[in-house]
Amino acid sequence: MDVLRNTEAKKGAKTKKQKRMNECKDVEAETSVQADSVEEEAAFPPNFSVSEIKNKQRRHFMFMKLKQEKRKRKLELKKKRKKEREALGDKAPPKEVPKTIENQRIYDETTVNPEDEEVAFDEGTDEFSSYFNRLTNPKVLITTSDRPRGRTVRFCEQLSTAVPDSHVYYRRGLALKRVIPQCISRGFTFLIVINEDRKVPNGMVLCHLPNGPTAHFKVSSVRLRKEMKRRGKDPTEHSPEVILNNFTTRLGHSIGRMFAALFPHDPQFIGRQVATFHNQRDFIFFRFHRYIFKNEKKVGIQELGPRFTLKLRSLQKGTFDSKYGEYEWVHKRHEMDSSRRKFHL
Amino acid sequence: MASKSQSCSIWVGSETGILKGVSLSKQQAFNFCEMSCLSRDQEVCVLEWGDPLESEVLVGCANGTVKAFSTEKGIFTESKECGDATQGKFTGLAMMDGSLVTCAESGILKVWKEGCTDTIEINVGNGVCRMRQNPSRRSQVATGGKENPLKVWDLERPDKAIFTAKNVKNDWLDLRVPVWVRDIGFIPDSDKIVTCTGYHQMRVYDPSSPQRRPVLEAEFGEYPLTALSLPASQGTVVVGNTHGQLAVLDLRKGLVRGCLKGLAGGVRGLQCHPTLPLVASCGLDRFLRVHSLEDRSLLHKVYLKSRLNCVLLSSRNLELSGADLSGEVEEVKQEGEEDGETDEVWDAMETVTDKTNKRATEKAAEENAVKGPKKRRKVAKK
Repeated sequence: MDVLRNTEAKKGAKTKKQKRMNECKDVEAETSVQADSVEEEAAFPPNFSVSEIKNKQRRHFMFMKLKQEKRKRKLELKKKRKKEREALGDKAPPKEVPKTIENQRIYDETTVNPEDEEVAFDEGTDEFSSYFNRLTNPKVLITTSDRPRGRTVRFCEQLSTAVPDSHVYYRRGLALKRVIPQCISRGFTFLIVINEDRKVPNGMVLCHLPNGPTAHFKVSSVRLRKEMKRRGKDPTEHSPEVILNNFTTRLGHSIGRMFAALFPHDPQFIGRQVATFHNQRDFIFFRFHRYIFKNEKKVGIQELGPRFTLKLRSLQKGTFDSKYGEYEWVHKRHEMDSSRRKFHL
Repeated sequence: MASKSQSCSIWVGSETGILKGVSLSKQQAFNFCEMSCLSRDQEVCVLEWGDPLESEVLVGCANGTVKAFSTEKGIFTESKECGDATQGKFTGLAMMDGSLVTCAESGILKVWKEGCTDTIEINVGNGVCRMRQNPSRRSQVATGGKENPLKVWDLERPDKAIFTAKNVKNDWLDLRVPVWVRDIGFIPDSDKIVTCTGYHQMRVYDPSSPQRRPVLEAEFGEYPLTALSLPASQGTVVVGNTHGQLAVLDLRKGLVRGCLKGLAGGVRGLQCHPTLPLVASCGLDRFLRVHSLEDRSLLHKVYLKSRLNCVLLSSRNLELSGADLSGEVEEVKQEGEEDGETDEVWDAMETVTDKTNKRATEKAAEENAVKGPKKRRKVAKK
């Protein structure tokens, strides 16, 4: 209380105190007004909350006071617990794991069990089976929406250096449904279309070519090479290793396999490059690094290449056909985003 | 195996070729498949009941074979070659007086008689998407597809279609409206046929009326409607589209009565229960969902690991089949205690089975009744 008296102007504090006394005209107020001057807490009616005070300055003051009290109590509790823990020594109970949204994730029944035969058969005979059975090599075509602006063009060029055997073509206002048969005839296995809005890339359509699924992503947080801090030299032509993190559900598996099929089968370890697709809370983070083993246990990494985040909007069976195609999964905001702890990838 | 298949009330066919049976009373799903010889060309395209008693399920596969699965024994009893992969996948299966009717995508509709090698063959036009049998007149089938208008055929007079639908008038730009019939349904107790199209339209045709154009047309959504089903209560139809939106449409005015939520992928199979207000839907998101049509809430959701192609509901009570059994046992015990003599116990058991039949129909008539007062009623009747 002394601290508060020093921080506030004396006049102001006194008037506030008087006004506080006037406010509490309810049941206990009369009797405890005299007690007020000594302890303030007993004066307030039981269901009183700080938000009921109409005066902003007074309300702010009361709220600050409340927070300080809370912090004080929390620190005391922490000190007490630490003392108890030290006192117990070895017999102390193990430290509790703090709750995070990933910890509290609702168990998804579509989580793939590695020994599941049916899922293994399904994956073994799906559209990517020709890649995973080493029958085809990936060949990627990268293009944009019509008339791309500088940032998108640079992003496409950098993306093509990250993905080996990729070609960037200018989209001359061509319809995707007509581009796709031409790509198939020229032996491409993937089509990436970066959509641009207001001079910034914001969407990506990833279409596996012969007859494969089309994924539509929302792209955000694109960082080009010159915006990276402490980056290394440009990526070389070596095939990178691919890391796919945390794609646990059946849908996650499909998307993960799609990303894996973008890169050649055998990474060239000489190049020491790695592309990471890290899935966390349904956002997929793409990073491209070069690593070097300093000794057995220590690794140094340099980030090269573009960095972006993806969020899956829909997965469509068959090549790009947004009107008549059948969707395997569509993101429906009101139904799927109602719980903070439920994720789909 | 047999007990598993006997308890299954919903049958689902998947893209991997596995026939799955779901038992809602036990809350379990079972895979019925020939072990380790799965292949994609065995993909289940159509499922249909082999007989009115629902003891046999006919499974039409992508490679042209039709397999019969016995629900009592729990095994595939026979397999028949009805065409090959060049004709396209099966779009419809039906049983008529012991002979099997199959229709493929290329338009070849064949009637296979038991024991005879000759077949009646009709060409219904290319690009067929669906063939359905009229449940009240078993010799009539309807077919429709992409640029293939709705045609109703009588299998006893296979030369010409009884009814061919005419396309609607040119639209406001004087362009021909394209035709793409995706699913067909026969409205019970009337001549009318309802179809849903790939251009998100729902149309009702009446062959008994002089006009061959649709009597009613309604639109829903912006995506192709892939499946359609008629519930037990008249006047509505449930449709599903490629985006996973399920809607209940009114057949009098063509308005949307409500939507069923929950699906994330395109609807491939939809079926309403013959008596209860339930609808089962399956789709590309690998889930089987059962919704209630009264309050449009999700009752059951089952994860079946492959993409699902078609669903088949049995007409017996779905969840209550388990409860029925327990009800039977309890009633027998009561009567046994009352009488205490073996002969009377046996008599009591017989009357119990009669009563369960009555009970089943009563339950079907009035939806979810409380068991308590019913039991008392039974005992009082006795």
